[in-house]
Amino acid sequence: MAVDETPLHRQLGLTDAELDDIVALLDRHPTDLELAMYAVMWSEHCSYKSSKVHLRRFPTEAPWVIVGPGEGAGVIDVGDGLAVALRIESHNHPSAVEPYQGAATGVGGIIRDIFSMGARPIALLDALRFGSLDDARTRFLFEGVVSGISGYGNAVGVPTVGGEVVFDDCYRENPLVNVMCIGVLPQERLVLARAEGVGNVGILLGSATGRDGIGGASVLASAGFEEGSEAKRPSVQVGDPFEEKRLIEACLALLDAGLAVGVQDLGAAGLSCALSETAAAAGNGMDVDLASVHRREPGMNPVEVMTSESQERMLAIVTPDHVDEVLALATRWEITARVVGRVTDTGRFRVIDDAATIADVPCGSLGDGPVYDRPIARPADQDALQAADPAPRLLERFPDGTDLSGELLALLATPTIADKSWVWHQYDHQLFLNTVVGPGGDATVLRLKGTSRALAVATDGKARFCRLDPRTGGALVVLEAARNVACAGGVPKALVNCMNFGNPEHPEVMWQFSEAIDGMSAACRALDLPVVGGNVSFYNESRGRNIDPTPVVGVVGLVEPIETPPPGLGLVDGAHLVLVGPETASELGGSEWAFTVHGLDGGMPPAADLAAARALHDLVIGLVADRVVAGVHDCADGGLAVALAEMAFAGGVGFTVTPEPAVATAAWCFAESASRVVLAVTPDRLAEVLTRAGAAGVRAADLGVAGGDRLVAPGAFDVALADAHAAWRDAIPALVDADVHV
Amino acid sequence: MATRVGVVVFPGTNCEMDVVHAVEVLGGSADLVWHGDRSVAGHDAIVVPGGFAHGDYLRTGAIARFSPVMEAVRAFADEGGPVVGICNGFQVLTEAHLLPGALQKNAGLKFRCATVTCRVEHDRSALTHGVAPGTELALPINHFEGNFTCDAETLARIRANDQVVLRYVDNPNGSVDDIAGVSNEAGNVVGLMPHPERAAEAILGSADGAVLLRALLTAARTRV
Repeated sequence: MAVDETPLHRQLGLTDAELDDIVALLDRHPTDLELAMYAVMWSEHCSYKSSKVHLRRFPTEAPWVIVGPGEGAGVIDVGDGLAVALRIESHNHPSAVEPYQGAATGVGGIIRDIFSMGARPIALLDALRFGSLDDARTRFLFEGVVSGISGYGNAVGVPTVGGEVVFDDCYRENPLVNVMCIGVLPQERLVLARAEGVGNVGILLGSATGRDGIGGASVLASAGFEEGSEAKRPSVQVGDPFEEKRLIEACLALLDAGLAVGVQDLGAAGLSCALSETAAAAGNGMDVDLASVHRREPGMNPVEVMTSESQERMLAIVTPDHVDEVLALATRWEITARVVGRVTDTGRFRVIDDAATIADVPCGSLGDGPVYDRPIARPADQDALQAADPAPRLLERFPDGTDLSGELLALLATPTIADKSWVWHQYDHQLFLNTVVGPGGDATVLRLKGTSRALAVATDGKARFCRLDPRTGGALVVLEAARNVACAGGVPKALVNCMNFGNPEHPEVMWQFSEAIDGMSAACRALDLPVVGGNVSFYNESRGRNIDPTPVVGVVGLVEPIETPPPGLGLVDGAHLVLVGPETASELGGSEWAFTVHGLDGGMPPAADLAAARALHDLVIGLVADRVVAGVHDCADGGLAVALAEMAFAGGVGFTVTPEPAVATAAWCFAESASRVVLAVTPDRLAEVLTRAGAAGVRAADLGVAGGDRLVAPGAFDVALADAHAAWRDAIPALVDADVHV
Repeated sequence: MATRVGVVVFPGTNCEMDVVHAVEVLGGSADLVWHGDRSVAGHDAIVVPGGFAHGDYLRTGAIARFSPVMEAVRAFADEGGPVVGICNGFQVLTEAHLLPGALQKNAGLKFRCATVTCRVEHDRSALTHGVAPGTELALPINHFEGNFTCDAETLARIRANDQVVLRYVDNPNGSVDDIAGVSNEAGNVVGLMPHPERAAEAILGSADGAVLLRALLTAARTRV
């Protein structure tokens, strides 16, 4: 075996300049353990060193925000003494290596972020991205990820209530697994990750520390995949949902009993991160007794113990007089608990192994990593990309009068648009009896028991728009998630984001990142929507190709009151179909029709008129809250024709609508112009809806009426409801269930 | 006085608070019984709820049957006390031999969470007391191992004894004879894969589960 001549710091992912910084900071060369701790803590994944300067531009404040970005989770006030904690995180790289465990441990990790705040996790949502389903490895990844979410989420006892799945070839080698978790807590149970109180102890709860996941964050998440990703498999952890379930119950019980002054989960960088960050956050120091860490196997060296990312572990900071009670509670729930650290006033992070101090660094220096303002450059081919508008070609090929029935059927069968119930029927989406509206619609609605309110929740992300123009695309992502929440009657209250991008060392990627943040920020401001947390996943690249810039957002809104379920998206016989929002334009750039059905890349994404979006959302929220409409559905992927078809499927009734003459018929059907919503309005309510839209300054067009068993738009399409439904419903099962697995 | 329901909690159980909520919504009272307890005294009925007792890492319910509380549950059942096992609780009761048969992996080899239609087959169980046979109920299922199976002799016996409490109208998991729920011979111990507690309020999409839970509350009260 060849001897690796690479210096240790480079093997660990630190640059020469970063090593110089560490030497200057310590005024000596670091020990191997110190070097390893800096390497994981200063990794891109843990330190946000390339993204920090940009993330600061997000608006983060609102009167109802209790905890903003930077903690385990964002927390907002939802009234009646209750708060909601929310966070989203990526587990992309582990899922690319080992899809089941990668996804499972992603679920486990985000759940710990939520209950470490004192919140009971009540819901998970997954935003997933895969390559094209006609590829066998993609099917393996897709089925593995879904099984992992199902296997872990169901068993740990947190329902998976929503999310989305998008298929695009740019994710072929690098799938995205973004998991959002929502928790509810009485406000007085809120706890932060602070090691307050000199003399207090740090108790490690949960799984034994093993050799799994050593350097997962730095090895996997902070570099791209070149080749031989199998060699990275040992860096993927293995999840144990039963351990996590007991850990949830034990931690919430000890918080209920007031036994902890601070709690932090163990995630990336393991003990190094949790013990140093909690101490630094309180301005204290921490002495770690390495020998007391319970281990999965003998012979582990200090670096392995301190940087292991073994799952299902929590750190509680406890006053000495409460230690026995905490240990007794742990015994009841059959989890191991050991005192592993002591809070000091030294400001130092010291690791002591058998009386020898093997690490001694300033506590805050581990979490206070380098900050890079990396070079930014607009891609050289961006102009050409934007100039390649698919609209002229498509409208020439499909002039007015062309039968678009086949186009509609093809679009309904594209996996990104097709029915996803194959996925969400594998998830427990009802546990805790909160699910008023489950997966499959615009937003999930979860009642808050004991109040008159509910949460409306949605995740969204449209990367193709972001690649064509990241600023506009970023805004559109925020608008779509908020619009979905509005369709359920929810007033958007908080946003979390997962920024999935390529290699930050590429100036073009940093340009995409910076532009997307500006677009997202502008949209958030227009909607009074604070960003309360987020996660950045860089290095999503494989074989030299970066993924499309993929900001994924999760939006939580408040529905009030919730005496009856909000109208769903189903049509009712005789209802008028009213399109509200800006007029449809020939905006086909990045659309499913242009890109997925016809392979036409390029153009500009639809315009993002922020004021129009705000007016539309406010109108729709009011109409839904007052139960004026019988059905409501967001108009997005696939355009108006797809939205109408999905409403027909949900209601089991067809429709006849008349294309509006102001735009080419094909564009009217399939353009993805922003901020449009279709309402199903019974005749007795039509005048009221049109009046209210007029008063709100929102355009409303009465397109036609629901009825019959065909989807009809004269001069555009005419298909049997049953045929369209089958195309949509059977597409994904036909692709995945055809496989015979060995 | 409200019917007092004891809801058994093993480590890994996760539907216990849902059962408590549904019982309370329907006018009963409920409290939790820890798996390490050796008594279920003070309760009119026992529910073994859904979840993943002990992680289901062995066969589902195979470890839970040895928990101390199960002796007390058995004694309670032997005295005619109503005992209902829902989902994982059904699996536990079959492992404990309080109910016939066993639950194996779904025919489709996938976890399935969906609302299905079930038909009440007879009214002489604690869970269907007073419910007209033939009544169809929309009930959520949520399981990977819900495929009820038993040998031919057992099947003949439970059919002859009217121990098949619930059948699926459209079998979602491959269960033999479309069986969704069974009782013991006496009818006081019932196991079912669907979750009636998830369908106890109209706002959650179906209140059909309340029909079964109300029957349980009534049966438990009238016994005493």
